[in-house]
Order: sequence, then C-alpha cells, then structure tokens
Amino acid sequence: MYRYDEFDERLVRERVAQFASQVARRIDGSLTDAEFLPLRLKNGLYLQLHSYMLRIAIPYGTLHARQLRQLARIADEYDRGYGHFTTRTNLQFNWSKLKDVPTVLGLLADVEMHCIQTSGNCIRNVTADQFAGVAYDEIEDPRPIAELIRQWSTLHPEFEWLGRKFKIAVSGATHDRAVVKSHDLGVRIVRDAKSGAAGYEILVGGGLGRTPLAAQVLREFLPREDLLAYLEATLRVYNLDGRRDNKYKARIKILVHEIGIEAFRALVEEEFARIDKARVNADPQEQARIAAYFAPPAYQDLPEVSRKLEEAQIRDPELARFVEHNLFRHKRRGYTAVTISLKPIGGTPGDMSSEQMRVVADLAEKYSFDELRVTHAQNLVLPYVRLDDVAEVYAALKAHDLATANVGQITDIIACPGLDYCSLATARSIPIAQALSKHFADPEKQKEIGEVSIKISGCINACGHHHVGNIGILGLEKKGVESYQITIGGDPSETYALGELLGPGLPAEYVPEAIDKVIAVYLAERQQGETFIEAYRRLGLDPFKAAFKEIADVVA
Amino acid sequence: MLLLDREGAKADVWTRVETLDLTADNVIVALAQLRDALAARRPGQHIGAAIDNTERAAALEPFFRELALIVIAFPTGYNGRGLSIARQLRERGFVGALRASGPLVSDQFPHALACGFDEIELPDDSAKRQPVEQWLDAAQRISVTYQRGYSYGAVTNILEQRRAARLAGVGNNV
Repeated sequence: MYRYDEFDERLVRERVAQFASQVARRIDGSLTDAEFLPLRLKNGLYLQLHSYMLRIAIPYGTLHARQLRQLARIADEYDRGYGHFTTRTNLQFNWSKLKDVPTVLGLLADVEMHCIQTSGNCIRNVTADQFAGVAYDEIEDPRPIAELIRQWSTLHPEFEWLGRKFKIAVSGATHDRAVVKSHDLGVRIVRDAKSGAAGYEILVGGGLGRTPLAAQVLREFLPREDLLAYLEATLRVYNLDGRRDNKYKARIKILVHEIGIEAFRALVEEEFARIDKARVNADPQEQARIAAYFAPPAYQDLPEVSRKLEEAQIRDPELARFVEHNLFRHKRRGYTAVTISLKPIGGTPGDMSSEQMRVVADLAEKYSFDELRVTHAQNLVLPYVRLDDVAEVYAALKAHDLATANVGQITDIIACPGLDYCSLATARSIPIAQALSKHFADPEKQKEIGEVSIKISGCINACGHHHVGNIGILGLEKKGVESYQITIGGDPSETYALGELLGPGLPAEYVPEAIDKVIAVYLAERQQGETFIEAYRRLGLDPFKAAFKEIADVVA
Repeated sequence: MLLLDREGAKADVWTRVETLDLTADNVIVALAQLRDALAARRPGQHIGAAIDNTERAAALEPFFRELALIVIAFPTGYNGRGLSIARQLRERGFVGALRASGPLVSDQFPHALACGFDEIELPDDSAKRQPVEQWLDAAQRISVTYQRGYSYGAVTNILEQRRAARLAGVGNNV
C-alpha cells in the first residue's frame, strides 16, 4: 500500500499545527464560532448530541495493521474503547474531547493518517471497491488513481470552499462494489473499445439524501493522463455554477439535474479545453511512482484448492458456513479475501472494540501482508489470505466475536449512528438494526432467505444508504414519535436502482413483522435460484405492497 | 477596511465609485460602467472593475489589457466561488492586480493567493479580530502543495519536487 514520502508527511504535520492554531484563535476570539465551524469540520470534528465526534479518513478503505493498532490505542486512551466504521469507509470516535484533538491528530500523523476533509463543503475522502487489487473481475487496480485523487484533492486551494460536500468513488472492476452511482463523481476504469487502452469513464451527479439521483455518464472515455485536468474542469464548473441559495439544492446532482447532463457536459468540456493540461496533470512517471506502491504482494504458488480447508470444513459446519458467506473469489490461485463481519447478532453495525482491532491487526500481519480494507457495508477485509490459513484465521476471529458468517445476508445490516449519537437524526437506527438482527438470527433461516441487504438511515440525509437497500428503512419523526418508512428494490451495484415505498411509516416495534411479510412474499413466490432483488424485479412492487398493507392496517 | 497583501498591510490608492465619477487617478467602477469608464479614461489614469461572484471571467476578457485591477466580492467567507473566477481570469491571461473583497478568514489567505489573488480587502469587523500578523502567518503555514499550477511564493509543489528528484536520479522511496 501507499507510504508517505517526506512531502506527504510534512503536509500532514503542518496541517496538525494549523488546526492547533485554529483552535487557539477560536479561544482567543480571533475567530467567531461561525468562522471556526467550517475549519473544525474540514478537520473531521463534529459536535454531536452528547460529545464531539472525530472522523478519521481511511483513504479508499485501505488500512495497514500498524494503523489499526494505533486506532486501538487512541480508542483506549482518548475515547471509550471502541470505534465505528462508516459507510464512507471512515472511522469515527464518538466521545472526543476538543482539548485532546491536536494530540490525537499527532498520533494519527505518526502512522500516516489524518482527518483532513472528512467533513465540510469540500472534496471528501475518496472511496473504492474493497476488493481493489484482488478481485477476480478487475480490469485494473483502482487504488493508484484513488491515491492520485487523494493527493490532488487534499487542501486543493480552489475547491476548499465549495457550495456543498463532494464525494468521489473509484472502481476498477466490472461489478460495482463502490456504489459509484451514488457519488457526486464516479470514476470507472474501462477499456477503450477500439485501442484496448485503459482509461476512465466519468460519472457525475449521483447522490442519496432528500433528492436521490443516479449519476449519469459525463465522459465515456477519458485518457488516463488527463484525469486531474478533467476533475479540475468538473469541480470548477460546479464551484462556479452550483447553487448556493439553498443548502438542500447545493450538491452537484441538483445542478446536473436542473440544467441537464448535455448542458453540464458542454460546460465541463469547454473548461477542459481551456485548461493548460500540461500544467495541471500529474506526469506519467508520477502515476507510475504511486502505482508501484500497489504492486501485488509476494504471493506463493499454490494449488487452486486447499485440501486442508476442505477437510476442516467437513469437521466444522460453522467454519463451512463462514467459508460459504465470508470469502471472496481472489484473482490469485490459492488465495482468498476474507470479510470480517462487524455485524454480530444484536450488535451495533460497524462498531469495533480496541481489543478486536488489535486482534485483527495481528491477523493482518500474520496472514494478509499487513493489510486490511474497510467496506462501505461497515465490515473489514483481510485481502490476501491463503486458503490454507482460513481455518486458523476463523478460529482467531471466533475467539473475539468476529466470525459472524453473515456477509451479504439479511443480518449484514448497514445502519447510520442515528439518534443515539447524531444531532441531525430524526429517529434511532441502531436499535432497529439490533432488533432485526436478533429477529433473523437463525443461520438456517438466513441461509434460506439468501442474499438480501437491509440499510437503515435515521434521517433523510441517508448516511445508511436506505435508498439503495434491497430493503431500505428510513427513520423519521412524526408528531414526536419515531416512524419508519420501508422501501424495497434498491440496488447499489451496476444494476443500480432506488427503492420504492411500500406504504405509510410504522412504529419501531412493527418493523420486524413488516420485514417478515416482505420476506414471506419472496419465499413464496421465488423461482429456482432467484435472489430477493431478482424476484422483486420480476414480481414488481404490488405483491409486497399487499402483504405490507396487512401490517399497516393493524397500525392504523 | 483593511487592505493587505503578502508583505502586510498596505495603503489603498484606489477610489471606488458608484456613479461614473472619474476624478480620482485610480478608479474602481462596477462592471456595468466599465465600458464607459474605459472610453473616458485620461492618459495615466488607471481603471479597475468590481464584480460580484455571479459574474464570469468571460465578461471581463475583452478588457484585460486596459484593466489594472479586478475586485471580486466574497459575500461570505465560506462562499469560494470567487476562487474559481480568479483562477479563470489568470488562466485566460489577466496580468493586472486581483483583489478579494469580503469577510474572509486568515486561513483562506493561502487559497486566495494560490488561485491568483494579490490582495485582500477586509471589512473592519474581520480586521479587528484578525490582525495582519495572522494573515502573514497563514500564508506560509502549509509549505507544500499537491496541486500543480497553484504554487505561489515560497510554497513548494510536491509533484514538481518529485519530478526534479527523478530527473536528478534520486530514487524517491520506490
């Protein structure tokens, strides 16, 4: 993975000192609270319901063992012994004290980490496919350009004060695991049909929140050398023409939607034509310098099949279940990518204790070339595990409540922090996730239901991605009471779709029953091998709506 | 109002007029009066234009050679539209002075300088809380930048440094 050189290091250290200076100037009155707010946010520091929350960037979800160990230390010494992984592959500490923040930033800098631009109206932490570099279906590893974009967007002087936040995702595979179409800007590595050369498809104007929109194609094929100049042109058009009269209409998706993709494209292409590309782009040697950090690790030559793992599975059906659900097909023979579920039955999605962090850091060192990934589904990945080692990894995970075999299953629930922590929330998310997790805990039942995603947001801002959940749950407040709207049919992948509403909102206690009804329709109507989302596409909304109405009528 | 640049506070030699009053030597007019002001300009007299951040660089492009100063309004500190306007003006060849006018904070000084501004015009309320020293400090607090084509003063461009190291044959960690 990427390692800082002297310049990366200097920038992060100077940034820590800059934040300390900003805090000092707030305290001595040089800055008003209103002036300090965006500076604090651009450093990942939020004021939540009970405390400050510090959001740490995990660029494109790639994490080194020693970084995770340092996060464990910070959790113990400066927080409450745990952290929370988010849908943008960041880590949040929920109980930060303002006075400790400069020290924590220093500890992060010691392991090449920071909180730069994890909030505020600027370009946010760039995200990527969690299986980058190891996926069987990859055209090219997206991490080198994710790192290039990370550097380019870090403290970009022109784009530090945008009308609203700006999120970029990159994917290098044929299957979209990075929710590219939900981003302000998406970069897909593609091959030119004629020349066969790799370049980029650029998408723009996606987003969830109160106005969910799918990103549209801005440029079908961009030569790789022009990436930064094209991003600069796109961001400039947004900075100049994006709305600033209304916070809720300030994202780039609204600009693209209002003027249309053709008009938006014309503006970008005009600006792109005028930019002195040689002055802006990174030269190919710089791209090669970064790419060299992502060279494949020292793989061994291994057989396709591990007899050791096969025999262990026969002895241990729980291991067999873990292998069935938590392993991902690797591009290298004899290896696998192991997803560590942070969704124990009844737990808080994405939470991890400092002890668990240390255990996983040790496993990464021992079995996965020191490396880890964070997924947008709030899980972790050991990307380079030998099939021969899976049983040992499983045993170590199991000893620390980290071996839940539910990846992609109904209890692998995404949930935002909701009203338990967040000052924007209108309802709680975590207790709903916990109730559903317990409700569907039986592994046999989960296996019968198969692949289905539940995503829960505690407000319209949709941090829990409810719009693109196969089953989406949105918590709202109705006359002082929490009320949950349920949508179905959402899909975050290359077959992207937004969910459709089943009916009126329900009180929390009726949500598991309502999901039961929806699942029952699927189980009764599905054809051979059909997943929930496939059945939904064939059946349409009506049968699910009819089943849901039975619950809604009881509530009404 | 406090006017400052990278050297510190400076006297404002410009007079901003609401009507087409061209008695002063250095006059800033609104965009709507610019054509008339330039037509009526005396020998040796300098004309500047003040624009809102809803204007675009293209509107000023025909006047680049006759204009000595462009003032871009920042209605609030957190509205960064003027940064892109400045960048466009520079890319399109404006070589006169560029002034940002509005309630910026000192931490934005490096952003303004990097995008092509020369000076900041600060309302009294901001200036009173944020003395000139804070601005000079802010301008050199982050000494390196990743963005090519945005360097100013003593700020080091990281990509250029890496390129120079490559050309000098110094392997850069890899």
